[in-house]
Amino acid sequence: MNLIAQLEAEQIAALGKDIPDFKAGDTIRVGFKVTEGTRSRVQNYEGVCISRKNGKGISGSFTVRKISFGEGVERVFPLHSTNIEYIEVVRRGRVRRAKLYYLRSRRGKSARIAEDSTYKPLKAKS
Amino acid sequence: MRSGIIAKKVGMTRVFMEDGKQIPVTVLQLENLQVVAQRTAEDNGYTAVQLGAGTAKVKRTSKAMRGHFAKANVEPKRKVAEFRVAPENMIEVGAEITAEHYNEGQYVDVSGISIGKGFQGGMKRWNFGGLRATHGVSISHRSHGSTGQCQNPGKVFKGKKMAGHMGAARVTTQNLQVVKADADRGILMIKGAVPGSKGGWVTVKDAVKKPLPDDVPTPAGLRATAAPAEAPAEGGEA
Repeated sequence: MNLIAQLEAEQIAALGKDIPDFKAGDTIRVGFKVTEGTRSRVQNYEGVCISRKNGKGISGSFTVRKISFGEGVERVFPLHSTNIEYIEVVRRGRVRRAKLYYLRSRRGKSARIAEDSTYKPLKAKS
Repeated sequence: MRSGIIAKKVGMTRVFMEDGKQIPVTVLQLENLQVVAQRTAEDNGYTAVQLGAGTAKVKRTSKAMRGHFAKANVEPKRKVAEFRVAPENMIEVGAEITAEHYNEGQYVDVSGISIGKGFQGGMKRWNFGGLRATHGVSISHRSHGSTGQCQNPGKVFKGKKMAGHMGAARVTTQNLQVVKADADRGILMIKGAVPGSKGGWVTVKDAVKKPLPDDVPTPAGLRATAAPAEAPAEGGEA
């Protein structure tokens, strides 16, 4: 393992984040820490994950799209951000693409994603 | 004035802070950084230290340099550079400098040889605007335009920005912040990008345009005496 990979692995371990197994097409709920002045609270953001980038590494990120008041909203979160309190998978979707950018041009019925009823949890690494 | 250091650029990564901020950092590594020679006012007319970093194979080191390293009782070094120091900050020959030469949060200037770009046109090399896409421009959309005036002066001025060789030149990036200094592993993390390619050698100095913090180690952040003691034994074979 080269030095950069080693430093990144150490940092991931030090952050100690519990990141569930999810992929594009899954509906997820992200608890994002928001600081207003001195107070900080956790804001929920729920929507469809339409892309995951750079894998599980320290620079990994994912995009969540939702329709808010009739307007499509997308947010990109760094996977290991210290501002993320939790990530929950609400629903597993069955899709045939890694990046669901085609959802941007769709609305309503055609923007639905079928539920993946055959999902198997990953074997926990011992 | 303190000595600088020689380090190897390892690559870039990011660091997450407690408050959710992400900092892009360049990782520099210090390898066997030792003082190889001193330059003194009596002998040379100026004061400086010559540092060496990395390890070179003995058979690939020239005889002259082998003698030079043997005189300092250090192993042959891959990269050698001189740093001007104030007379009171002179460092003993053979002493090893660690990453804790710099404090976290301190500002530094980093110099290196930038990545070579080859022969490049005016648009990439000097940010020229190029010519128009339409309105009768043919073939020369990325050319530089006029290079001068008329019969008077009747020549192109020296230093005119034109196409030519770009990169592979010594570049200094000033006022970069030190994010982390780890002496045990010889790692220095610096916020932002530094010149050069991965695996290239860079020199790090205290920033000239920022005040030096009071608590930086002087004359240098040296490794405790155990390390220099074993170095002469290995250097002797060379």
